[in-house]
Amino acid sequence: MLAFRFLRALTLVHRTTPNSSNAARSRRIQRAAFASMAYSAGPRRAWSRALLCRFHFHRARRRCAGRSRTAGVPRRPSTTGSPADGLRRLVPGGTEMDYCSLLEETADYIRCLSKQVKLMQSIVDSVGPGGR
Amino acid sequence: MPIEMSSRRSRITDEEINELISKLQSLLPESRRRSTSRASASKLLKETCSYIRSLHREVDDLSDRLSDLMSTMDSNSPQAEIIRSILRS
Repeated sequence: MLAFRFLRALTLVHRTTPNSSNAARSRRIQRAAFASMAYSAGPRRAWSRALLCRFHFHRARRRCAGRSRTAGVPRRPSTTGSPADGLRRLVPGGTEMDYCSLLEETADYIRCLSKQVKLMQSIVDSVGPGGR
Repeated sequence: MPIEMSSRRSRITDEEINELISKLQSLLPESRRRSTSRASASKLLKETCSYIRSLHREVDDLSDRLSDLMSTMDSNSPQAEIIRSILRS
């Protein structure tokens, strides 16, 4: 369940970043958001498999080399090429997909992304100043 | 015809592509849907890209806000206890 995974990831971040800067903690939270999404969707989707691969790859790389600032997080794409190219760069694993799969995966990715955003918003609303 | 269509083309019809594109349109929020109600597939894909970028930005912003909240949150606060009890059950 998405909420459970994300809350668990958040408490881990909270416990392990008492002296970090807000920016560093924010990047870890962002990674936790995409990781929760990917683990919740599981291997049934190409976009979630691509994200899961990215996380494992970066975790293995981190053991040998230093920190990667945006490990696992979808990169900001350039704005050249056709609209379908744009979509390929935004949806994880998009460059490997045929056109049809790209459209299907995009729909699922959007659904999961909006759920994640709603979840984060409701946590902010309930935990923030003025929340119960 | 989009150039990126693969060799599956003979089995995938235009109708199926249009259906997938309509499905994407139905996922857009109201305001974006209105501006693409009679748009080409190309315009709709651009709007979808724009929507995904805005969702990514929201995750950025909300991560910043959660990080700020965490730095002020006390481990003994009622909210922390609620979260701990949810995770224990």
